[in-house]
Amino acid sequence: MTPIMKMYGKHRFPGKLFIVEGIDGSGKSTQIALLQKWLESEGYVTFFSEWNSSPLVRGVTRRGKKKRMLTPTTFSLIHATDFADRTEHHIMPPLKSGALVLADRYIYTAFARDVARGVDARWVRSLYQFAVKPTLGFYFRISLDEAMKRILGGRDALKYYEAGMDLRLSDDIEESFRLFQSRIIDEYEKMVAEFALIVIDASLSIEEQQAQMRQIVSEALTGAKKIRIRKWLDLSSMVQRDSRM
Amino acid sequence: MARFEFYGAKGLPDVNLDELKGKLIVIEGTDGVGRSTHIGLLKRWLENNGHAVLDTGMTRSALAGEGLKAAKEGHTLGWITMTLFYATDFADRLENEMIPALRAGFIVLTDRYIFSLMARALVRGADPEWIRQVYEFALKPDVIIYLRVKIEDLITRVIQNVGFNYWESGMDLHLGEDMYESFVEYQSRLLREFDNMAGQYNFQVIETSPSIEEVFEQVKRSVEPLLQLPHLRSRVGT
Repeated sequence: MTPIMKMYGKHRFPGKLFIVEGIDGSGKSTQIALLQKWLESEGYVTFFSEWNSSPLVRGVTRRGKKKRMLTPTTFSLIHATDFADRTEHHIMPPLKSGALVLADRYIYTAFARDVARGVDARWVRSLYQFAVKPTLGFYFRISLDEAMKRILGGRDALKYYEAGMDLRLSDDIEESFRLFQSRIIDEYEKMVAEFALIVIDASLSIEEQQAQMRQIVSEALTGAKKIRIRKWLDLSSMVQRDSRM
Repeated sequence: MARFEFYGAKGLPDVNLDELKGKLIVIEGTDGVGRSTHIGLLKRWLENNGHAVLDTGMTRSALAGEGLKAAKEGHTLGWITMTLFYATDFADRLENEMIPALRAGFIVLTDRYIFSLMARALVRGADPEWIRQVYEFALKPDVIIYLRVKIEDLITRVIQNVGFNYWESGMDLHLGEDMYESFVEYQSRLLREFDNMAGQYNFQVIETSPSIEEVFEQVKRSVEPLLQLPHLRSRVGT
């Protein structure tokens, strides 16, 4: 018999899923990378889920963007397709194996971005019902001005869809980006309560933010799988044993 | 008031339903049921009667068509991914082919619509509520003609015409020992899903038979009510 699909919140996996959300320039990628370093040093099996979906789906997305063929609806659907591939290949298998899966951006990115683009909020949420509910979701809250200071200059030219140019908010790409990002922030703020996202004040120092994250994550780690051989400790004890022989 | 509605409350952003003047006719049915034959006949008949017709469905979308083709050849994508990939392809065709033609007052004749796509997802284990919501952006057609076939007749037709292929046999589901067994089980399941949808979505069900003429008569009868022009109808009445 064909298995019936499991929906958001209904998956039962031995692994755990930690995700970070926030606009560009919020520092979330730095924080999740530091979190992974720590979890590994503690001996946990971690898996970083990147947006490395199949070249096939990615190719379609890239072409659609390059040729500006995407409407708000197809933009939403092709990204959901891409995310489904990521879920089926890079999120569920490691979770089944008991790993700690870390993701930089998750379904809430799509909810914020697609609704800011005019897609129905209820519809886009229903599209992603196949997604695994994260064990913990962190939202890095930052003001638009602060985020803009961090990214502009540090990066090359803004991209068409990223700046929401398809919405014709402004002919000026930087102005369009600013308007679009402020809509995205509004959507994130609405989702904090809806999805019980943990808010981290992204204006704090990197160290302070990381300390908060580690504190919260450590409370969610009961039962998580560790690698039996701890790299450096076990190596040193093996060396000692060898020298005794 | 607009003639058209979406299946969901919101539907496609940026589409003004008041602008859609044409008609949307859907022909649905499983593989090998003679859909393309009837589309061809119906198109000619409509054009002879002075209607501009866009027939669509056989070609894939400009956006996702190539990717889907490669995905089907590679068999590497999971079924949830494939389901959404098909939905992307459909949305692109709806927005870029069907809606512009409806705006221009064409009769859009489409070989399959969301129902085949929904049936395929359902036999693979999709949650029925989920798949219904995914396709809420679709327009409600003016008429959905469902060409219904008995599984026994379907088997003979497929063997005669094209033979079994991987996807039409649902080989990805591992339903039987070989392609024949798998085909029978897969197509039976699909037929069950179509039967379930028939009432829910108000299909005009036409039982297919060896006589193409007989079936086409019924197809015409399902379409005729859409074609009456109000002012002509009153004249015919007098």
